[in-house]
Amino acid sequence: MFPIIAQNILNALQLGSVYALIALGYTMVYGILTMINFAHGDIFMVGCYLSLAAALFLLGLPLHLPAGLIFLGALLFSMLLTAILGVAIERLAYRPLRQAPRVSAVITALGVGLFLENFTLAILGPEPRHFPPLIAMTPWQVGGLSLTLLQLLILIVTALILVLLDLLVRRTLMGMAMRAISDNRPIVPLMGVSVDRVISFTFALGSAIAAAGGLLYGLAYPVLDPYMGIRIGWWAFISAVVGGIGNIRGAMLGGFILGAVEILTPMVLPSSTYRDFVAFSLLLLLLVFKPTGLLGRPLFERV
Amino acid sequence: MARQLMVIMVVWSAFCLGTAGLSPAAEDIRLGVNAELTGSKPTVGDSCKKAMELLAEQVNQAGGLRLGNKSYRLTLFVEDNEDKAESAAAAAQKLITQNNVLAIVGPNASGNAIPAASICEDAQVIMISPWSTNPKTTEGKKFVFRACFVDDFQGQVMAKFARQHQQAKTAAVLYDVASEYNKGIAEFFKKFFEAAGGRVVAFESYTKDDKDFSSQLTKIKAAAPETLFLPNYYNEVPLQVQQARRLGLTCPIIGSDSWGSEELLRLGGPALEGSFFSTHYAADIATAKAQKFIHEFETKYGKKPDDVAALTYDAGQLLLAAIAKAGVPDRRRVRQALATIAEFEGVTGKMQFKGAGDPLKSAVILQIKNGKFSYFSSVQP
Repeated sequence: MFPIIAQNILNALQLGSVYALIALGYTMVYGILTMINFAHGDIFMVGCYLSLAAALFLLGLPLHLPAGLIFLGALLFSMLLTAILGVAIERLAYRPLRQAPRVSAVITALGVGLFLENFTLAILGPEPRHFPPLIAMTPWQVGGLSLTLLQLLILIVTALILVLLDLLVRRTLMGMAMRAISDNRPIVPLMGVSVDRVISFTFALGSAIAAAGGLLYGLAYPVLDPYMGIRIGWWAFISAVVGGIGNIRGAMLGGFILGAVEILTPMVLPSSTYRDFVAFSLLLLLLVFKPTGLLGRPLFERV
Repeated sequence: MARQLMVIMVVWSAFCLGTAGLSPAAEDIRLGVNAELTGSKPTVGDSCKKAMELLAEQVNQAGGLRLGNKSYRLTLFVEDNEDKAESAAAAAQKLITQNNVLAIVGPNASGNAIPAASICEDAQVIMISPWSTNPKTTEGKKFVFRACFVDDFQGQVMAKFARQHQQAKTAAVLYDVASEYNKGIAEFFKKFFEAAGGRVVAFESYTKDDKDFSSQLTKIKAAAPETLFLPNYYNEVPLQVQQARRLGLTCPIIGSDSWGSEELLRLGGPALEGSFFSTHYAADIATAKAQKFIHEFETKYGKKPDDVAALTYDAGQLLLAAIAKAGVPDRRRVRQALATIAEFEGVTGKMQFKGAGDPLKSAVILQIKNGKFSYFSSVQP
């Protein structure tokens, strides 16, 4: 029994990593704008396709680059372009509606998501794409446990991003500005901080992290289609809510919890058929007793 | 002069009227295509659409379908069902009410074909699904047909294959619980495998759009089956096989006709080497009729037809044969003719209808060898 539990914990960490990376985007935007960016799952999808494009381009060059370099190139390229996409979406679709009722912004976000899906569908066609295996998949057997280099890489890259983000938010001026806006937005401009710039930065950061998630996800689950962001987006959004939306460490925690729920529920149930039902009932119970999520603060002034 | 001109005009117009009355009226037969053009299995919809367009082009170029002294052109109306049950029903509804079609070819996936079949049955419009193998599609319906075998047969074929050829005493199944096709065939496989003296040691499921199967596969690995049955679609099987191998699951893997797309090989790569699956026809042992179709399809589209294309072509030809047999494009009479086709030789082999919507036909087992589908054996009903 022990190897099965250990194997599933490893599986859960792999999936939870991706959820955590995407949940961060939801939570950061909510923290700053109190708006749920429902297009975020689709931004992740675009990031995944961009890293595929970069990887295919680098593989096609007659230079025979080492896999590690291709991985790094794809990572940086897709993070950069997806960050630009995130900023553009905020600038064109959300900023004009900043004074409008919150419902308008939510509907716009859903619209942007549909736009991204159908745009990808229109230019790439509906056939699923295959992500080339950059990292060796041969499993190592360690004490009844199957482990791949890719799994290790996913865990290491995710951990690195989470630590860097935590440092950025807690130790830098930009991070301080982000926290200030989330704490008390009307006061921030009075301190001479450009709110628009901080918001743009937040979108860039959230989108870039989603793109990193996209590359890792593409490597682990190498079948890409234009609708892939929908399901992941929902699970990541729920991760953010469970962790306490608006709270960055909460989103990280929530991602791993959702990954664990998805992987461990079928293990203890007699049939995997009831997985989603049991998993979401558990989450519902959690939110009944702790409506603000695990690490969220109650916000009395915003109803 | 003016009088002469008038006489010429009168004669000329009389001539025009006369010829108009004599030549057969250019009437058309409207056929609907309800296909999965977008959504998770676009290759299926694409093959279906292409095969029907090829057939319509061939018939129209040959002067249309002749019934008595009239000849009819085929007009196709293609609707995208987005690979969703509700859109498949809506597409059928639209083809019937707006385009007033005589018959509909498609949908292909059982999850879409079952709801569309109810709509067609209620409206008494003929529907032929090329690829839907779930028994529920035609069950209790008079106007719904299919061009393929049924899953009880396919489940039996693969259960027998696992027991006899693979000598497996234990088997595991992983299937999509949200899809009628996958669920149906998984249950038939289990029933027949156990009836043949085997034991199903793990019967695990997932839900549409899942990409991570590690939990279920870890459970399956712990049950140590001698074979793993994956009756799932070509876009999911590669992920399942790769993840199974990554978790150290080494048993042979077998599948069903939903594997039969070239996309499977492109997405799955070497992980699929050596696997077996049951399907409708094998291109490498094609009959003269099949070879002609394969050649024509390849010339027009620049790629080999998959089983959906072949079955769609058969569905279309069955329909034309039934219309010719009925003699008039009338839904009830064509339905009657179709249900009693005693022998029809299509691209995917011989078929026989005995009053209901399911044909009697054989299945083939293919093996994936050197990155290609290759013929392994045939199984008669």
